[in-house]
Amino acid sequence: MTVPSSARRSRNQRIGTQLLINGTRLGAVVPVLVLAAMVAVLLVEALPAIRYNGWGFFTGSLWQGGNPYGTPTRSGGVYHLPGAKYGAWPLISGTLESSALALVIGFPIALGAAILLVEKLPRRPAAAIGLFLEILAGIPSAVIGIWGIFTFGPWLAKHIYPTLTHMPNVPVLNIFRGVPSSNGEGLLTGGLVLAAMILPIIAATSRDLLLQVPDTTKEAAVALGMTSTEAFWAVQARWVRSGVIGAAVLGLGRALGETIAIALVSGGAQQVATNIYSPMSTIAATIVLQLSSAQGDPTGLAVKVLAEAALVLLAITLVVNVIARQIVRRAAKGAALPLGVGF
Amino acid sequence: MSTPATTVRRSKPHVGARTIARRRLLIDRAWWTICSLGLILLAVPVLWILIAVVGKAVTVFHWSVLTHTTSGVGGYGIANALVGTLVLAVGVAIVAGLVGISGGIYLAEFGGTGIFSTLLRSASEVLAGIPSIVFGYVGYLTLVIGLGWNLSLLPGVIVLAMLVVPYIAKATELALNQVPSAYREGAEALGMSKPYLLRKVVFRSAVPGVLTGLIIALAISVGETAPLLYTAGFTNAYPSFSLIGTHQNSHPIGYLTYAAYGFIEDPTAVVRNLAYDASMVLIVLVLVLIIASRVIVRLSQKFAPNRAVANLSRQDRRKMRELAKGPSTENAT
Repeated sequence: MTVPSSARRSRNQRIGTQLLINGTRLGAVVPVLVLAAMVAVLLVEALPAIRYNGWGFFTGSLWQGGNPYGTPTRSGGVYHLPGAKYGAWPLISGTLESSALALVIGFPIALGAAILLVEKLPRRPAAAIGLFLEILAGIPSAVIGIWGIFTFGPWLAKHIYPTLTHMPNVPVLNIFRGVPSSNGEGLLTGGLVLAAMILPIIAATSRDLLLQVPDTTKEAAVALGMTSTEAFWAVQARWVRSGVIGAAVLGLGRALGETIAIALVSGGAQQVATNIYSPMSTIAATIVLQLSSAQGDPTGLAVKVLAEAALVLLAITLVVNVIARQIVRRAAKGAALPLGVGF
Repeated sequence: MSTPATTVRRSKPHVGARTIARRRLLIDRAWWTICSLGLILLAVPVLWILIAVVGKAVTVFHWSVLTHTTSGVGGYGIANALVGTLVLAVGVAIVAGLVGISGGIYLAEFGGTGIFSTLLRSASEVLAGIPSIVFGYVGYLTLVIGLGWNLSLLPGVIVLAMLVVPYIAKATELALNQVPSAYREGAEALGMSKPYLLRKVVFRSAVPGVLTGLIIALAISVGETAPLLYTAGFTNAYPSFSLIGTHQNSHPIGYLTYAAYGFIEDPTAVVRNLAYDASMVLIVLVLVLIIASRVIVRLSQKFAPNRAVANLSRQDRRKMRELAKGPSTENAT
């Protein structure tokens, strides 16, 4: 029996440790590389489209691929079909409007639920609601889209929207005046479906923040004779304020990037919404709906335009996410938001 | 802290104490009613979606859809999509598991809190916030077109894996950070090498946390549609055994979310019903994954070295963790 000398063993150990460090570092570097590659690929691919569209991409409302039977012409160094014009303003505004609606509707619901969950519910019902949140987070967006288009949308169009359209013509309430579509497809339905989809992330994040408030501070407030509501506003609300705002912005990021559900319930119209029921579309939905037809463009410009759209979407979500995490980090020194899907 | 109490006392000195008490009680009731409303409105969509989709699916479901493909030979079904979803999930578990777990180990054990590690962590967080359609589109440009793999299994797996790597890495890092520092100290005192210590002592007690992260990643990838449409494509037949295609030959692979999204507006009723079948199977898969993660958490608590901790309430456990944080964070860096 040979026993390896202690010198050799310690050298083997050193080599093993080095291997482990370098091997795992490879895995840790992957997200950075993927992120950089995504930005680089989209930039390079979108460059001809950016040159062709110019600022008109952000201001124009006309989106047409040009005459598919025409001879490709060259302008500004970019081949394109005659009459090709890409204005993404309806998509950008549709993305922002539907996500804003989702946040306005979803945030109070999720926050109220999280507050009740932490402050009032006993342990077991709270765990059951936690399961509800996980299920809602786990339901695929295609399934939520099916519910939105065949159950929720028609129900809204039949029972809710007819009443909503008779809102008095005063500021704020008058946004509900308009003509809804018969099956409910449109901006408000899209916003409501998105609201349901961002509930889990906002609620779960807010719940976890509220659970971190130390019990002793709450007890002190109650000992001063406050009602639980007064104690909540005096203690918990201040404690979690910025974190909850971060959670809301995180939810906004989710809503901005949601694709399949919104592709099903938005009505798929590339026009700026004229009222809150208008059919609309978003950047993400347009990419998914148009990529196969874009491949038919012999000049390849249509695919590059979608790359530009993807780049705009990437930029918007990047800014939103960085802001959300910055808000939380600044407020609660070093604390980080969860990545969050609501699980 | 005492602001509300003092405002109440100062604002209306002429109002009787009883009126004030009643008003405060009323506000209290109103506030908690509003919060309850939020909880109800949160529960409604969950139940409604489940009832609407599963209710419709149950009426059209027949076990034969699980044994027939969508091509319609001997009857219509979604067996091809189910097999495809499972194959994709296995692929994601392998690729994302490998990358995510090793990334998590690096960040927890060797990364520290320097600029490099902060960069890695931020990139991971940012990556988790990028819309899945952007992943799909970049995958289409680079893997499907750029490398000429065409619509096939590997592009789909890689795109999904990159989508979920941040979740696995984060779960691994957190799980490793929560291993009691006494374990490491004991192992180091015995002269174990770092790899041996990690493998035999630290990683073993982090396994439940890592597994939960992996399950969340699988639940996400099972439910995704957008990133797969232009990377994995879709086929009515069973997936072939090829990882990648060529410029001329694609090897698309079916998956359940496409069956749900793509078939729902089909003019034929038989195909439309398949969309509901697929939705129900998806919901079942997600439920199984959620239950699995709960079971793992429960088991790991039950067999935790300190069982007394597992039997404490959530708040108490959190407090204990806060107390334990002092020495363990210093060790984790």
